[in-house]
Amino acid sequence: MNEGKYKIQKIDDYRWRIPREGKMRVDGIVYADEEMMKEIQKDESLQQVINVAYLPGIVGHSLGMPDIHWGYGFPIGGVAAFDLDEGVVSPGGVGYDINCGVRLLRTGLQRHAISGKLETLVNTLFSNIPSGVGSHRKDLKLTLPEEKRVLINGAQWAVSQGYGTKEELEHIEERGCIAGADPELISDRALERGRAQLGTLGSGNHFVEVGYVSEVYDEKIARVLGLEKNGVTIVVHTGSRGLGYQVCDDFIRVMINAAKKYNIDLPDRQLCCAPINSPQGQEYLAAMACAANYAFANRQMITHWVKESFEGALQVSPSESQISIVYDVCHNIAKIEDHIVEGKKKPLCVHRKGATRAFPPQHPQTPEAYKEVGQPVLIPGDMGRCSYVLVGTEKAYTSTFGSTCHGAGRVLSRVKAKKAAGGRNIARELKDQGILVRADSQATLNEELSEAYKDVTEVVDVVEYAGISKKIAQLKPLCVIKG
Amino acid sequence: MKELFSNAGYAMFDIITDLSSVDSKNSRTIAVEGIDREQLLVNWLSELLYLHEVENILFKEFCIDKIEDNRLVATLCGEPLDERKHIIKTGIKAVTYHNLSVKEENNRWKARVIFDL
Repeated sequence: MNEGKYKIQKIDDYRWRIPREGKMRVDGIVYADEEMMKEIQKDESLQQVINVAYLPGIVGHSLGMPDIHWGYGFPIGGVAAFDLDEGVVSPGGVGYDINCGVRLLRTGLQRHAISGKLETLVNTLFSNIPSGVGSHRKDLKLTLPEEKRVLINGAQWAVSQGYGTKEELEHIEERGCIAGADPELISDRALERGRAQLGTLGSGNHFVEVGYVSEVYDEKIARVLGLEKNGVTIVVHTGSRGLGYQVCDDFIRVMINAAKKYNIDLPDRQLCCAPINSPQGQEYLAAMACAANYAFANRQMITHWVKESFEGALQVSPSESQISIVYDVCHNIAKIEDHIVEGKKKPLCVHRKGATRAFPPQHPQTPEAYKEVGQPVLIPGDMGRCSYVLVGTEKAYTSTFGSTCHGAGRVLSRVKAKKAAGGRNIARELKDQGILVRADSQATLNEELSEAYKDVTEVVDVVEYAGISKKIAQLKPLCVIKG
Repeated sequence: MKELFSNAGYAMFDIITDLSSVDSKNSRTIAVEGIDREQLLVNWLSELLYLHEVENILFKEFCIDKIEDNRLVATLCGEPLDERKHIIKTGIKAVTYHNLSVKEENNRWKARVIFDL
């Protein structure tokens, strides 16, 4: 295919190579089918895959997942791994919403048991979990020392405050706490933005969705994940709120200077970075860990209010609702992980921006409960269609640094989505499909219109056919609260 | 340059809210720095966004008192956000450096800045 301005070679039905040329240090590889590739070429995302390939110390390939679309600097749906001695770390490779991620909860309830109470349930969730622009909890404003403990301990802090149990931590990526977090590196501004926002959903594409298992593709693995057909599930999608944004913003400033200092040639200012082993690189990783931990605590607290909402709205006891965590994944993060490079195990700094870790069975970091089946991967779709549960594979580990897609990926900008929604009553349309939605603003609903996203099924099919994840179950929404 | 920076502030709050409902009740002076014009623009808008988010204020007047390539002093007028009176049209989460430009064309200043919503 050579239709656009990029040289693209087809590797197989689901992979495309952008061969190394000019200042590129490695090839780019994009996972997509033929139709998707035509769409992908319409925006700047392939240029961004190329730009990332310029960065010092990049190992393997500059990767794009099938949900790729243009982002700030690095594309969303991008994966890039860097050598610890020669490579760089970049806040743009993580994104503004550090540790934006997805958590999946299972319940002991069947779809039919809650079908008459959805209205009460969605209203209860909406009033118990603050959402929207600048949302904050009136009942909880952290003191500064307490906030710093959140940044160091993440979900473990939340558990110590009575939000959930220790056992739940085993079902969270990194057990809900990335080591090496140093709150002294967090600016007063970031701390101030974060203080009143812990335990809130925020705006944009963040949500809490109650749904049910609509399809099971692998009975055996689904059983290990605790999922069965028609069982009620809950998906929580949120991140590190204003604190993460401010950390990113603060460190972009640091990195613009650092890139100059270390003579790193940047094709785009937003790709600013510093050597991993430089003071600036190490400080970013320690600050990023703080924001990531804040996000883990945030999802842990929201889970607690989800449980309370179920008990209140459905008049059930915790032993009846049996809400527990399947897994919790980050999809905006940089991680130091061991990977195989030219036959040797080597620690690398893997940036996943709009991409999810997908570790195989038996990997040391795949949680104990899922050792036999692989790490669960949670792929939310848009509010009108469906979401997927996948597991990681050996092929992902060997070809994409153990990474896969993260969601549907936008096809219409927010402005275009608003236009497409003009004059329509989106909440009403969804209600007619049997999906109840509560949102902080009508604008959010319009921007999050189903058609604004790629069909998540097509995205998931590509990663399944390419072998970098295995499809286990499909979830369909019943009710959703949006920011 | 003064007008450019003033208009950029106005444009940002015009995205956030309906500025016709905002009164210039309070004023304050702020100083912002940056390594060059482009970064100064991002830092200026980020400062406004920070004040808006943390102190819950809506600004509608942006008077640039003094500006150089790497520094500005401005007087802002606006009022505290009142949910009964004001609407939030769109929340802006961050001011980005993506495709950022500040340039002079035919004796007029022109800037492009992309917000993360």
